[in-house]
Parts: sequence; C-alpha cells; structure tokens
Amino acid sequence: MSKNTVNIIIDGVEIEAQEGQTILQAADDAGVYIPRLCYLKGLIPGGHCRVCTVKVNGRPASSCTFPVSEGLVIENDTEELTTLRRTVVEMLFAEGNHVCPACEASGNCELQAMAYRLGMLAVTLPFLRKPRELDATHPDVFIDRDRCILCGRCARASEAEGKRVFGFEGRGINKRIAVDGEHGLKETDLKAADRAARACPTGCLRLKRIGWKVPVGQRQYDTTPIGSDIEQKQPVG
Amino acid sequence: MSDDYRKVVQEIVAKFGKDRKRLMDIARAVHAKTGHISEEIVGAIADALGCHRVEVRDMTSFYAFFSREPKGATTIRLCNAVVERMKGMDAVANAFEETLGIRFGETTPDGLISLEYTPCIGMSDQAPAALVNGKVLTNIRPEDVKSIVDAVRSGKLHDGGIVSVKSVESNLQQAGPVIFAPFERGAGIRKALSMSPEDVINEMNKARVRGRGGAGFPLAMKWSFCRKAEGEAHYVVCNGDEGEPGTFKDRVILTECPDLMFEGMTIAGYAVGAKQGFFYLRGEYEYLLPYLEQVLAKRRRMGLLGENVCGAEGFDFDIRIQMGAGAYICGEESALIESLEGKRGAPRDRPPFPVQKGYLDRPTSVNNVETLCCAARIMEHGAEWFSSMGTKDSTGTKLLSISGDCQAPGVYEVEYGITVEKVLEMVGATDAQAVQIGGPSGQCIAPKDFGRSICFEDLPTGGSTIIFGKDRDLLACMESFLEFFVEESCGWCAPCRAGTTFLKMQFEKLLQGRGTREDLKKLEETANTVKFMSRCGLGQTAPNPVLTTLRNFPALYEARIQPDDFIPAFDLKEALKEACSITGQKPHDVEV
Amino acid sequence: MAKPLVATAPFTGCFGCHMSLLDIDERILDLVELVEFDKSPINDIKTFTRPVDVGLLEGGISNDENYEQLKLFRKHCKILISVGQCAITGGVPACRNTVPLKECLEEAYLNGPTVVDGGVLPNDPDIPILLDKVYPCHEVVKIDYFLPGCPPSADTLWAALTALLTGKDVGLPYELIKYD
Repeated sequence: MSKNTVNIIIDGVEIEAQEGQTILQAADDAGVYIPRLCYLKGLIPGGHCRVCTVKVNGRPASSCTFPVSEGLVIENDTEELTTLRRTVVEMLFAEGNHVCPACEASGNCELQAMAYRLGMLAVTLPFLRKPRELDATHPDVFIDRDRCILCGRCARASEAEGKRVFGFEGRGINKRIAVDGEHGLKETDLKAADRAARACPTGCLRLKRIGWKVPVGQRQYDTTPIGSDIEQKQPVG
Repeated sequence: MSDDYRKVVQEIVAKFGKDRKRLMDIARAVHAKTGHISEEIVGAIADALGCHRVEVRDMTSFYAFFSREPKGATTIRLCNAVVERMKGMDAVANAFEETLGIRFGETTPDGLISLEYTPCIGMSDQAPAALVNGKVLTNIRPEDVKSIVDAVRSGKLHDGGIVSVKSVESNLQQAGPVIFAPFERGAGIRKALSMSPEDVINEMNKARVRGRGGAGFPLAMKWSFCRKAEGEAHYVVCNGDEGEPGTFKDRVILTECPDLMFEGMTIAGYAVGAKQGFFYLRGEYEYLLPYLEQVLAKRRRMGLLGENVCGAEGFDFDIRIQMGAGAYICGEESALIESLEGKRGAPRDRPPFPVQKGYLDRPTSVNNVETLCCAARIMEHGAEWFSSMGTKDSTGTKLLSISGDCQAPGVYEVEYGITVEKVLEMVGATDAQAVQIGGPSGQCIAPKDFGRSICFEDLPTGGSTIIFGKDRDLLACMESFLEFFVEESCGWCAPCRAGTTFLKMQFEKLLQGRGTREDLKKLEETANTVKFMSRCGLGQTAPNPVLTTLRNFPALYEARIQPDDFIPAFDLKEALKEACSITGQKPHDVEV
Repeated sequence: MAKPLVATAPFTGCFGCHMSLLDIDERILDLVELVEFDKSPINDIKTFTRPVDVGLLEGGISNDENYEQLKLFRKHCKILISVGQCAITGGVPACRNTVPLKECLEEAYLNGPTVVDGGVLPNDPDIPILLDKVYPCHEVVKIDYFLPGCPPSADTLWAALTALLTGKDVGLPYELIKYD
C-alpha cells in the first residue's frame, strides 16, 4: 500500500491520513471516534448499520467504506448526526426483541453501549415483536436471533478465516442470519475458538457457559462509553 | 430427497459449466423444473457447484420468483401495483379467489394453481395484468377469470387457449425522432468503427447525452471513466431491469426496436474497450426472451456481433442475456452487478464505482436501455442533430411511460423540456389532482407545478408518469408505494430495512385517522432518517411518497390529523379479544 | 408553598423500581422533606386525593386494569415518568410478545412442569383480562420523561427527581443511563 499521506478535516480539525485508508480508519488512528456497529477491525467493512455515517463535503457517506482523499471536509460529532444515528439505533432495538435485563451480553453489548453513548432513553418506534428462531444445536455456541442486528460481522469473520459458516437469508425486513448447515449450527465447521464465534456485537451469537461471569459494575461499558479506547489514544504531538 | 431432483440439479449445473457465477441461471433452470428450491435442493446445488449451501440459500432466498416451498404447477401472479388497483384489480383478485376457492398466497388442493401478488410488471398501461408461468395477461376483467383458469387447467394457456383475454400490446402512442424512427442495422456501429474509441466518447460528450434511468449521469463521462480504469477486462451492461412502478418504456423498446439497443451496447463495447456485454432483463419480461435471442442470433449472422464486428480487425464483442428473478433493487447498477455474479442483489457501497470496479471487480459501464439507444442514434446522425433537441442540460428526447387516469396511456417519445401541462393534454387527462413524476421514488406534484418542465434541470424522471384523477385517495396511493418499498428493500442496511417498515406503520396510523400532530412529526423524522442514512438509492428515495406529498399536499394531511394530544398505538377492545376468546372472560367496563 | 405531590404506580413489573426508590437510603428523608406522596403502594393510598405533580410508573401494560390505571394516572398527574425497562419497553414480561398468548397461558396453567391435576386457565370474571401484547406505557398515554434501568439505580432516581422538582434539566450523565 502507498505510504503517501493526505490531510482531511474532521469537525474542523485537520488530521493526517494514509492514502488507502477509509475515513473511519484514519479517524481511529487520530483518536477521533466515529460511532459504528457493523465495523470490526481487520474485516472488510460491510456498510450495514450506517451508524458511522458522516457528512463528506456536505453529503452523507458511511465512513467505514469511504476512502480518504486530500482535502475531504468531514462532519462527525454534530447534533444532527447524533440524532440521525440515535434514530437508526432505535430502529434496531424496535426491529429485534432486545430485552437487556434478561440478556447475558448486557454491559458488554455494543448495541446497548451505542444507545447509551447516543443518549437513547426509550424506544418510541413501534416494536415489531416478530418471533425469531433460536439455534442452540452447537455444543459451544448459540444464536439468539432476537438479538441480531444483521451487522454481518460473523459472516465476514468466518469468510476471512477461510470458512463460510454464516450468511444471510431472505430479504428486506425478513432478512435473517443463516448458517451453513441444513439443521443448524451443529452441522457447520464452526469452532468456539473461531473469530466468527466472537465477532458478534450483541447477545445474538455467544459462546455457551460464559454468561453472567463479570459482575455488574465491572463490565466493559458500565462506566466508560463505547469508543473511549479510541478517544484516549490521542497520537503523540 | 429423491434422486431425481439431484440428477436434475447435476445436469443443470453441468450445463452451466459448474460456474458459480451462473447461479442465477442455474437457480432459474432448477426452479423451472422443480417448481421450488427447498433446503434439500439448495444442498444439491451447493454440492454440484462445490460451494457452501449458505451461499446458495443466501442467493435463492432473495428473489421473489424463487419459492422455498412447493407451489402449484402454475402460479398466477396478479400485479398489485397502484395503477392496477386504480383499474379494478380488487375485483379481479376476488374473482380469482372465488373461482379457485383459495386466497392469495395459497395453492389449490389439487396442487395445480397458486395465487400470488406481484409488484409492477411493466403493464400499467394495460392494467389489470397478471403473469402466468411467464405469459403476460393484460386488461383482465373479472368476467375473464373463469376462462383463464380453464385454460390453465386444460394446459392451453400458451396456445391460444384463452380468446377473451389480451396479451401484451406494444402500445407505442407517440414515436419520436430518436428512439422510434426508422433504423438501419449496423449504421451506428460502422460509423463508430470509423472513429477512434476516444472520438466516439467525445461525440457523446458533444451530444451532452445523459443517463435515461433518472439520475442523469453524463454518458461520455461514464464511458470515459470506464475506458481509463485499469482491469483485466472491461464490460458493458445494459440495464433492462425497469422495475419502477409505472414504467414500461423498455418493454416497448424491446418490442419495437431491440436492435437499436444492441447496437448501442456494441458501440459502448467499442468505446470502453469491452469484449463482453450483458443484457440484464427483468424476470417479468421473460416472454420477450425468445424474440430477443432471435434478434441476437440474427445480429451474429450479420456480423454485427462476434469476432471482428463489421469486419473491424480486433474488435470482438458479444452479448449474453441475463434474466433476473423478481427484485426491484436489481435496477440499481451495483445490485444488478451482484446479481449478474450469481449473488443476492444487494447494492455495493460507492466508491469504488462500477466504472472502476464492477462485474468481477473489473471496470464496467452499466447503462439504461434508452440511453444506449440514444448512443446508437448519436453515432448514426451526429451529436449536433441530437443536441438540437431538448433543453440545454437535457438534450434529445425522453420516453414517458404514462398510466393512470388518462384517456390514452402508453409510451410517448417527447422532447425534453415539455411541461407537465402539455403532457396531460397529450394523453387526455383533464382532471388530474396530482402527477407522480419518476414513479414512487420520484415526486408527487400538484397542479401548481404542472407548468414545470420534464428535464434534468427541473423535473428529472426515469419516465414513469402516473396520473391521479381528482377522485383518487392520493394518500392511499402513497401508502401502496410505501408498501412496495417495504417489499423491495434488500435488507442490507438498517435504516432502509427497518425504516421502511416503521415508515409504513406510522403512515398507516395517520391514514386510519389515529394520528396526532406529534405522530406526523415522528413520521417526518423517520422519513428524513431513512432518506439520509440509507445506503443506496432505494432507501434514499423510499420516503419520497411521504416527503413530496407533505410538501405539495399538506391539506390532505391536515384533514387526517386528529386534534387529540395523544392517541394510543393500539385499540383496547381489539387487544382484549384474543384473551377473551381463550379464557371465555367477558370484557370489563373499562373507564378510559 | 405546598410540597410537590408524587404518585407511583405498579403495573406489570417486579416492584424492583419501587424498591430502588426506597434504596436511596437516608436520602429518603430528604425526599420526604421535598415531596408528599399521594396514591402509591408505598403509603397504601388507593385513590388520587388531589391533582398530582409527578406520577412515577413502574411496569408495562399487560391487561385492562393496567390500561385503565395508566389512563387514570395521565388524568391526575401533570408529569408522567416511565421508570425502568418494563414501563419503557415492556421489559421481561414482554418476552411473551413473540409467543402466541394461548401458548403462554397453556404453558403456565395447563402444560407446565409445575401444573398438577390438569390445571385450569384463569377465567374468573373479576380478574384483569390480558392484552394481546405487553405494551410500553408510552403506547397508551403521553409520557413526559423516561428513566431507564432494571431497576434505575437509586442515584438515577434521586438525580432525576431532585432535578425535576427543583426545576432543573433532567439530563442524566453516562453512568446513570442503563438498561439493566
């Protein structure tokens, strides 16, 4: 990859970026957090959740897929974008069946943490309340589709490690995560150690027998907002 | 699974060279034989192709024409688009249900006939219409239904078994100088071959021709980007997936002058440096396929396709027709490319654009049917001739597919710059309360805007023009548009997948007279979020039925809004019915 | 000046949010200084005696009695606050929303492992009738504020209540927005 650098402006601050990077990658390196859900470092970006949408020269674009180029002017941390992102996160909550108090991912869940960060107090969109299938056939991993946000991270992670355990099925509002087995996850070659089994941002795809181990108060997002790690890593100088 | 299925699948997969990219053709062929693609068949296809079953399921579960469960030997797909509803579809639907004794979504007990609804099939000028095993029936009246069913049952549908029902009429109402004028095969290609590819592109530049799909991207720029982009090979794709409700202009081109389009594709191939062209034809137009294959065969015989086209040493170009399988989103160019690669029709993020990374990640120029026809004409008659028509930023002519409340629906070739008023006069529409310009994804305009012009600088359009007479319930028509987007959202991105559903639910509440001013505000917020945050054109335009009527017909909303501060999301009596019927309790006197 | 009046409602929940209110420890003394309680299970006042300033709602709306009571709260309270996940989303009771009601009732009263001697579906005319779904409060009446949590912590309740009662902005800091 080319080592040429370009300069872009995010919320009025000029940052240096490597040619070939996406806006989101460049922002991460510069210690600027752009909210995101379906992005996972090391995987090809999917562009599913749109939470990382920023304004690029005045027009909306997903920062996880948009390549940097010299002089891009980007808006990220604005009230307008926060409201739009919060509404999308609210849509994800209303679309699925997310019962945080009964979910073992609570406190470590990126969807929940994103809602906290964006200041979502309630879901005021109508809940869809659609039954979704649970797959507990695998000895070490389960899928609870009630909690799926269709970010595709499991599918991309699986493909990246040379497997194809997950995919999608159906379209539109009936789209769901599918597995490469006729009768469920147990027929796939998924292993608990696979990155795919640990790629889920919510409580949908989880390892069995590890839930509820971390006490409330010590979980990942109990006291520090999602994205703090990136914001704390302000580059030297 | 019966071994028969497995054998059928293996034969078909072998026929397509075990090529994973041909999954669309494979699935279509398998479905044609078996009537469905069950999980077992998915597995058989995956085995035969040597790929994962989840890939096959991912793809086959996406398209409306592939059924997972066995269906009737014949599926009657009645089109339920807005214009169909305006032209009496409900009565026809009732007649089908009564005659067959089943509801839509069901199959007759003898397994012979299934009833399904389908979105716009490109017959709005001849509505109501239905697709029956690939055959199109138009102008159906309730009294025709019995003879249709009889013909299906006796297997005579395809050989004149039904006399009373019409098949597709071309319905070209007004021919113009660009698309529907007499034409000599090969004239445009020979002219192009006498020039350098760069000069061909330059000619398009001089003609200032823009994409006819609606977005209006300059053709010369697209070809030039594509030509200059590096890649192992370059491709030309003609987008014949016209799915915007109310559009049917490509149908008329493909009936009247497909040669012109193939000519344009060949010129495009020369201009961008492609050897292979694909014509992506929407599944609904399958009835045109045999004819189009004939046309292609003839062009090959005439030396207009194949090696050394028109004797030009080193210019090889051929065209393959790729059928679709019922997905509006495949009209979006990057989704179309995905579909062409044998995948679900999910759009891609841009950049990179298809001209840089398109089919197989190679430079690909995707152009509208009408645009390529224009290109062929520009070659034939020159840029000056072309740009003398239309307006400064919209040169040439435009095909309008006109339907709805007017005397003479059909396709009209008009010069860009024509006012809506003139259009209404031309088609005999005297009492229009609104005109939908560019289909559901376009805008719904009111009489105050009828003086405006159809062109990129004022009212851009892909051609779909639906006229709503004064007695129509305009918001009910918009609701049907919203339903269409719910059905057709690909589901890739959250704001469109979920947002279109919320939009429809919120709009319904308002329409049912249960909406407050606060509900209206929330509706608008959802609409703006879906528009701003969605990944592709579908989501970005899906809220337009709401947003453009809010702007142009505010009184219609005012009339539906209730003065209450708040109205519950549900009706208490309705919500209690289920429990009462289970436990036998009687509803209490609830004081509310 | 009279103290602001507060009422509280237990709908379909676990009473945990009420417990959390009592969990503000010695600050309850300050609260009592600050407000007076009207209809509430805390003082066992069954009916509204006067117009109330703030109504605190715990639990989702799962039956006709909840519905009626919530409407009553809206009528008598100037400000309504949905307190906790059940009031805000339906919470754990809303897990039944994706299961047909008949199946739920039969599992609980006829087929469940704890059912002895066949069991019977509760059908006494006097007991509340279930709604088809468990609804959040804001789908029945207008809600003015939301205090998430399961339950919202005592600190959250304290911060919100004192802000509201002293006319300040009810903006919650990050640590106090929780859904569990």
